[in-house]
Amino acid sequence: MAHAAFFIVAAIAVVSALGLVLRRNAIHGALFLVVNLGSIAVLYQTLGAEFLAWAQVIVYAGAIMVLFVFAIMVLIPGKEETGPDPRRAWRLLALPAGALLFLQLIFVVSSARGGAGSGAPPVGGVAAIAGLLFTRYLFPFELTSVLLLAAMVGVLLLARRRV
Amino acid sequence: MVPESYYVGLSAILFTVGVVGVVIRRNPLVMFMSIELMLNAANLALVAFGRRVGNGDGQAVVFFVMAVAAAEAAVGLAIIVAIFRLRRRLSVDDLSLMRW
Repeated sequence: MAHAAFFIVAAIAVVSALGLVLRRNAIHGALFLVVNLGSIAVLYQTLGAEFLAWAQVIVYAGAIMVLFVFAIMVLIPGKEETGPDPRRAWRLLALPAGALLFLQLIFVVSSARGGAGSGAPPVGGVAAIAGLLFTRYLFPFELTSVLLLAAMVGVLLLARRRV
Repeated sequence: MVPESYYVGLSAILFTVGVVGVVIRRNPLVMFMSIELMLNAANLALVAFGRRVGNGDGQAVVFFVMAVAAAEAAVGLAIIVAIFRLRRRLSVDDLSLMRW
């Protein structure tokens, strides 16, 4: 049962990722990416990471995708990849290179000497993650706020109308 | 319980699709979305390994990756919008000024 659910969600994730890459229309790609992020949230849930599953939906599918869709709307989609591609032959080299990368990844992962799993029950509730974030990872957590502030100021500077 | 290796294999597939997407597409917005795809594949692998180890450290790292991805998306999209305002076109092949 769990295996069947995993394979269904994994198939949705792979198909939506391929849709993002292969569709010409950027807005279709954005919608495929939403589906992909949602299916990854489901996979987090099956891994026991409940907090991350909801953070994924809120931060990625909510905030970041709204940003993407807004940028696509502003930038007039569908007009940028219509002409013939002068470097098509070079770009198609990405397919064998990607296959090679995939084989490498599988090789590295499968040859890793993983110790036996601890068998501990998965921790992923809000309390467990919050306990980690506010004790062991307190300093990176505070640095994250500085990073977000810097990003906000940078975006304001970039989006300023030149006079 | 589904073994972690399945999740890691799926993560490898998604990462590869993201890499191919960055290389074969010309629209910088789609390239950005492919980068998000790669980040998510890495996150999935981190959560899977975290379950195998049996503590929440992997999930804490994923939390930070999400925050950095949000900052990266905001700044990157602002740069793309600024470039579009300047040149009125949107193709990465035009942006070769800083390439050797």
